[in-house]
Amino acid sequence: MRARGSLGVTCCVLLQAAAVALFLRGFFPAPVRSLNRPAEIPVEPNAGGISNWTSLPPPLFRRVVIVLIDALREDFVFGPKGKEFMPYMTHIVGKGTSHSFVAKATAPTVTMPRIKALTTGSIPGFIDVIMNLNSPALLEDNLIWQAKTAGKRIIFYGDDTWVRLFPKHFVEYDGTTSFFVSDFTEVDNNVTRHLNNVLKREDWDILIVHYLGLDHIGHLTGPNSPLIGPKLSEMDHILKKIHTSLLSKESDNVLPSLLVLCGDHGMTEAGGHGGSSDDEVHTPLVFVSSVFDKKEGYDKPLELVQQTDLAPTLAVSLGLPISRNSLGKLILPVVEGRTMREQLRFLHLNGFQLSRLLKENMPAYEKDIGFQQFKTAEKSHGNWLKLYLDGNTSEVLTNLGKKVLKQYLDALKMLSSSLSKQVAQYDLYSMMVGTAIIVEILFLLLLSIPKGLGSSAELEVPLSSPLFSLLFYLMCLLLSAIHVIVCTSTENSCYFCTLSWLIAIGVMILISGLFCVILSLLGKMCANSKSLKKQGPLASGSDWSELDVLLLVGTVGHVLTLGSSSFVEEEHQTWYFLINTLCLALSQQICRKYFLVKNSDVELSPSGSKGYEDANESFSSKDSDIYSMPESDSKINKLNTSGLFKHYEKWITMASPWVILICCRLLRSLNQTGVQWAHRPDFGHWLTSSEQKAALSLLSAVSLGMIFVLVQRRCSLVSKIALALGLLGIYCYRSAIGNVVFPWQQDSQGISKGIIEARFVYIFVLGILFTGTKDLLKSQVFTMDSNTKSRGLWEVYSGLVLLTALLFRPHNLPVLVFCLIIQTIMMTFIWNLLKYDAAQITIMHYWFGQAFFYFQGNSNNIATVDISAGFVGLDDYIEIPAILLTTVATYAGPLLWAIHLICYLSSETIRSSSAKGHGCFCYALLRSIPITVYIILVTSLRYHLFIWSVFSPKLLYEGIQAFVTAAICVFFTAMDKN
Amino acid sequence: MKTYPGELGDIQEKDIMKDIEIMSMASVHFFCVLSIILSAVVPAFLLEKFSVLGTHLTWLCICSVSVAAVNIIASVVLKPNPSPKRNSLSHKVTRFLKSCLYFMISCLLFHTIVVLYGAPLLESVLETFLFAALLSTFTTLRCLCLLGLNLQAWIRVFSKNGAMSIWDSSLQITTVCSIVGAWLGAFPIPLDWDRPWQVWPISCSFGATFGYVAGLITAPLWIYWNRKQLTYKSK
Repeated sequence: MRARGSLGVTCCVLLQAAAVALFLRGFFPAPVRSLNRPAEIPVEPNAGGISNWTSLPPPLFRRVVIVLIDALREDFVFGPKGKEFMPYMTHIVGKGTSHSFVAKATAPTVTMPRIKALTTGSIPGFIDVIMNLNSPALLEDNLIWQAKTAGKRIIFYGDDTWVRLFPKHFVEYDGTTSFFVSDFTEVDNNVTRHLNNVLKREDWDILIVHYLGLDHIGHLTGPNSPLIGPKLSEMDHILKKIHTSLLSKESDNVLPSLLVLCGDHGMTEAGGHGGSSDDEVHTPLVFVSSVFDKKEGYDKPLELVQQTDLAPTLAVSLGLPISRNSLGKLILPVVEGRTMREQLRFLHLNGFQLSRLLKENMPAYEKDIGFQQFKTAEKSHGNWLKLYLDGNTSEVLTNLGKKVLKQYLDALKMLSSSLSKQVAQYDLYSMMVGTAIIVEILFLLLLSIPKGLGSSAELEVPLSSPLFSLLFYLMCLLLSAIHVIVCTSTENSCYFCTLSWLIAIGVMILISGLFCVILSLLGKMCANSKSLKKQGPLASGSDWSELDVLLLVGTVGHVLTLGSSSFVEEEHQTWYFLINTLCLALSQQICRKYFLVKNSDVELSPSGSKGYEDANESFSSKDSDIYSMPESDSKINKLNTSGLFKHYEKWITMASPWVILICCRLLRSLNQTGVQWAHRPDFGHWLTSSEQKAALSLLSAVSLGMIFVLVQRRCSLVSKIALALGLLGIYCYRSAIGNVVFPWQQDSQGISKGIIEARFVYIFVLGILFTGTKDLLKSQVFTMDSNTKSRGLWEVYSGLVLLTALLFRPHNLPVLVFCLIIQTIMMTFIWNLLKYDAAQITIMHYWFGQAFFYFQGNSNNIATVDISAGFVGLDDYIEIPAILLTTVATYAGPLLWAIHLICYLSSETIRSSSAKGHGCFCYALLRSIPITVYIILVTSLRYHLFIWSVFSPKLLYEGIQAFVTAAICVFFTAMDKN
Repeated sequence: MKTYPGELGDIQEKDIMKDIEIMSMASVHFFCVLSIILSAVVPAFLLEKFSVLGTHLTWLCICSVSVAAVNIIASVVLKPNPSPKRNSLSHKVTRFLKSCLYFMISCLLFHTIVVLYGAPLLESVLETFLFAALLSTFTTLRCLCLLGLNLQAWIRVFSKNGAMSIWDSSLQITTVCSIVGAWLGAFPIPLDWDRPWQVWPISCSFGATFGYVAGLITAPLWIYWNRKQLTYKSK
């Protein structure tokens, strides 16, 4: 099958976008969330009436001290190291009044998500990060918040992650930063110095201390270093101090205290963490309190619990409601000392919370075994309570109680595990299917480079022979078999399996079909190259100019930097660097063209030096045809026919790359972005500060005027007027919402949401887009007039510029102006003059588009997304328009450059008809290479330390850009109708 | 200008000529490399608290000066560029002054480019300028020494197939290597590795220096390797 270039490419890109969506769905499993309504407290089930226990049970402990030691591996307390260096804890664990467990953390074993898990009882996913954009604080229902609302006074010392997660939750705190990994005494002394004072006082209920030193030692020297021992002894000493102090405060008439020792994650034998090996996920969890029974033996193997179990256990211990999203189950030994009725009540509360969470997150919750078990247990609980309230005290009651208890525990276990299955793991199967399609499409595109960039710009897909081959059917069968096996055997929830079988079979056919097509293409290429070799030696591709080398090296180099988290954080620097180099290369080419061509002219007459001519000839052969083709220059001449311009043309052209460079430098200092240097003062912050309102107003007004001047050139009169009114409307909108001021405006004016003004602008945007589309349709259907077409395209482009101007914050309007200026300069002076082919121009457009993505203040961090763009002209949050507007605002740079590319390639009359096909093909290839590589990288790095903070946000940006690319390619195809 | 195809018709002799020239070039390059190494080692004995990383600016000065000295001496001794027709003292002085002017212009040009690439505009001007001077030493000064003030020749050399002698080839190689080295050296600056050499302009000047040294070493080897293919057009 042969497809016209852009059509085939667009199909590929659309498929790829769908595959990316599948991958993202597998990579970011939907979170298990409860609705935001107040947690209700269930009444104790009673078969014989209504129980009088309707409120929360009272707290079991007066005070709780949580000692969290970063990177405390399980064997540091329970293993030989613990015996050697932590004698007090070993004594407590072995013979004291304590309960010890091994708590299992989930990947990624990094401090922040682990603190979230410990306090909310949920397993935080990356989606949480998106849910609370811009806010580092933990907004979910959590233990600390519950304690604070219940009036508990909480004191915290240690890692300042807590302070950021729970701002204003602590009555007293001192955060230490974990930035200097090489410091492992000072961080801990900063915590310990407060303890003496605090332990003496009576004015707190919960004390949390988080020690970082052990983690730092681990990172520096590993778990077997001689530094570990003294650190553990220090911790042991501190625990002893806290414990004795707690014991000394206890008396008969007050509730006892509870001391909890836990770790957030372990460490590998190398000292790192983040992954999911046993060394990293197994942490100790020790409860110490005088109410517990004294232990006799130490031989019993420790019970394995989940890290999330701590949250409900502590909630019950403190008499707080269990956090809504908690997946944890009560650790029963902690409440073992209470009466049977109380124990059952606790378990019922926990089970009720879990089953409600299940109800809200699983459509088929009634079929879940855990849910059924819980219902049975609840029923027998009611029966037991009836007997109990009737005054029955026989052995039967005790046995029945024990039976109910066991039923509850089983139910909790089942409920918890089926809930955590939904969030805990990456959905590898969906990811694999997505990756397979993406990789195959990349290969298909790569193999079609000769055809796609050839004269016909076709995408040749040999369909008939692969589709009737045996391999295709075998592969279909095999993949379907795998699908059935995976979906029936897997324990985790898998998104791809939940799709209907028709879609699944379609995907299998697609995968195997693509595979066979690629194989047959490969075979064809081999055959071709062999026959060509027989014909004789080929002219090698050594006639590449420096620019080609730069474009190739830049593209490949950028893809390679995606593997390093540091480079991903500072990706904007890569792009700025590349476009600067591109400008210098362009400048060099212009210089060479002007000077050398002139030289040969001059030198021919006086000296007639032969060598010179030869030297020039080979290189200028490409450029020399520009002189035989006067049309290319005629455009410039038409624009400025004055003789003055002609005289200075050379110098203006030579200056143009430098003007672009200066523009880029100015833009770079407008918005500092990235991670490392983001805090640097920049021009954008200066402008947005409230004192600079006048300057901002002036700048916005000038920018809007410049936008009008730069855009209106090619529009029809109606669009010009609409554009002018629209830009005026933007200024009115900005002044209505209080960003800028009119000179005659009094300062203290009411700030509205500017709905009317924004909608006024929307009308003009739609109007311009409509006129443009009308022109385009007219040119395509009736007249085939290229003039109408290019005007229509330009109008679509200006409509987009207007929309972007509305969505951009006022201090970013210069970005738009510079974007238009650079496009104009490039088009007028550089591309027309140097006669680049469509592929080169596409790559340049792509580079500039990517650079402008960062120039407008974006970064690879979710926090820089400007969500306010989604509310422009909307009364309140409406999902689909808000998402669309935010996407347009975020990807304005790449989008505008891509549309400009289409305009440019269509407006060029000298260009061959295949230029658009080439452009589309090249654009699709340029986008699909990074996303394919990145997806494979992320899959292999999914247990990396920075997977959440660095790689996942970038993946999200790349994924959304895949959709944007698909939209652009669709537009390309629509335009490429000839 | 070192091969005289009209006078020496014999190919054998031409090859010998070439070999001698390659040898002399290699020795000049060797002295350049040596001067760079010495500039990093010797001052440590003479100056207190000298280290390439710690007192980077001092090293930048010393390195530029020593490389410049070696290049100028070499050009005086070997005279690779054609001597002008009028060889009076006043002409020599003007030529020298003009060369200095060119050098300054190139320093300023490099400075501008580096600022456009993102170096701070107002802070650390001295660092940026010294780095620009180092780059100029590695590139412009060599051009001045080998090609003289003839700008047309400069443009010719830096265009495709523009080399007309092995000196031109070596100039191409070393210049491109130094600039590419400086270009690559800029990559680690923004990253969060917290290394002492990530401070501006250390990694860039290291990149340029390593690139220059690599260029100096590869140029004779490459020319020697390709001496059969390299047929330079005569003037």
